[in-house]
Amino acid sequence: MLEIKVLGTGCARCKELERMCFDVAAENNITADIQKVTDLKDIMSYGIMQTPGLVMNGKVLLSGKLPTKSTLLNWMKENS
Amino acid sequence: MAINKIHIRIWFVIGWIAIWFLIYLNLDRIFSQINTITGLAGIKDGYARAIEFFIYEVPKVLMLLTLIVFIMGIVRTYFSPERTRAILEKKSLFAGNVLASILGIFTPFCSCSAVPLFIGFVEAGVPLGVTLSFLIAAPMINEIAIVLLFGLFGWEVAIIYITTGLVIAIISGYIIGKLKLERFVEEWVYEIKTGQKSSQEEKIKFQERIQSGYVAVNDIVSKVWLYIIAGVAIGSFAHGYVPEDFMASIMGKSTWWSVPLSVLIGIPLYSNAAGIIPVVEVLLSKGASLGTALAFMMSVIGLSLPEAIILKKVLKLPMIFIFFGIVGAGIILVGFIFNFIY
Repeated sequence: MLEIKVLGTGCARCKELERMCFDVAAENNITADIQKVTDLKDIMSYGIMQTPGLVMNGKVLLSGKLPTKSTLLNWMKENS
Repeated sequence: MAINKIHIRIWFVIGWIAIWFLIYLNLDRIFSQINTITGLAGIKDGYARAIEFFIYEVPKVLMLLTLIVFIMGIVRTYFSPERTRAILEKKSLFAGNVLASILGIFTPFCSCSAVPLFIGFVEAGVPLGVTLSFLIAAPMINEIAIVLLFGLFGWEVAIIYITTGLVIAIISGYIIGKLKLERFVEEWVYEIKTGQKSSQEEKIKFQERIQSGYVAVNDIVSKVWLYIIAGVAIGSFAHGYVPEDFMASIMGKSTWWSVPLSVLIGIPLYSNAAGIIPVVEVLLSKGASLGTALAFMMSVIGLSLPEAIILKKVLKLPMIFIFFGIVGAGIILVGFIFNFIY
């Protein structure tokens, strides 16, 4: 199953990204395990320097900004 | 087909910028026309002066803000934190501090990312002092502050702000580097092994960079326009009603203690540049001296309690005090120097 991790310590954009993931998955009937990673050591183990970070199936796709909904959907399809 | 689309987008941007300049450079004329038509020009009481100031300053500042944020949004796509880190990795202390401070202006930075950035830099072998130069410059010298200073006080003050901000960041970072304070960094920071390198370094197309400019305008302008209008409104009111030398006795040149006091008051106060600069505008126009106002502003923007709390995750308490102490002392010094010169 698609495993999505949103990396972030709680900034506004981190919450926004998490919400976007839930929305896009729900709107397109994609089953995904969406988790929020808030522990700094865990976040840093992905090698990002800006939050939020987006990880799908263990691969870092984005950090420091929000994707568009369509990009997010494409990534979800590619990784499902 | 695809190429045509890109061209159209670029011409679109150029068109907007041309219109921008056409309006901006003629703002004076447009408003003097409005003043004549409405009869505002003839009235010289406080109320009329306040409105005059407000309707002139708000569009001017908002236009400047939009343009600069757009350009910075594009420029910043060339300076990812990963690239900045790679540049700083093998630099010696002083050269590293200078570079880090300058890169601090251009690298995208949000205070919520201060800790991951800190760890990412230190872990890659960027010296502690150089990392801190970056972390001082990045929030203090931001484009909103530069725009507002330029719009409200002219380019001289904007340049003074950028230069003194850079000098403080360079020297504070250099001193911290020389003091060998690595023991005051939490041990776990050095133990972290960042697994994969982020895959952000792929080629970005120019149209995506332009897109980033739009996103930045959307993000920032929609967040700060209200602060700017509120700030300028307060400023306009003060222009009309508060006596000219109201602040002179408290924040004027003759009171030497006003500089350190302004810095102390500024630390717990936390505001973005958009909120604080119109306040500074009022202080200055009502008799506060430039050095004192500048010191106050730098302290509010550059040194903040929330930042200290965020950094507390990676720095031990003595280090936080040293950090704030050195930067604070630098700001006070700048305040004194400007009060002395002007």
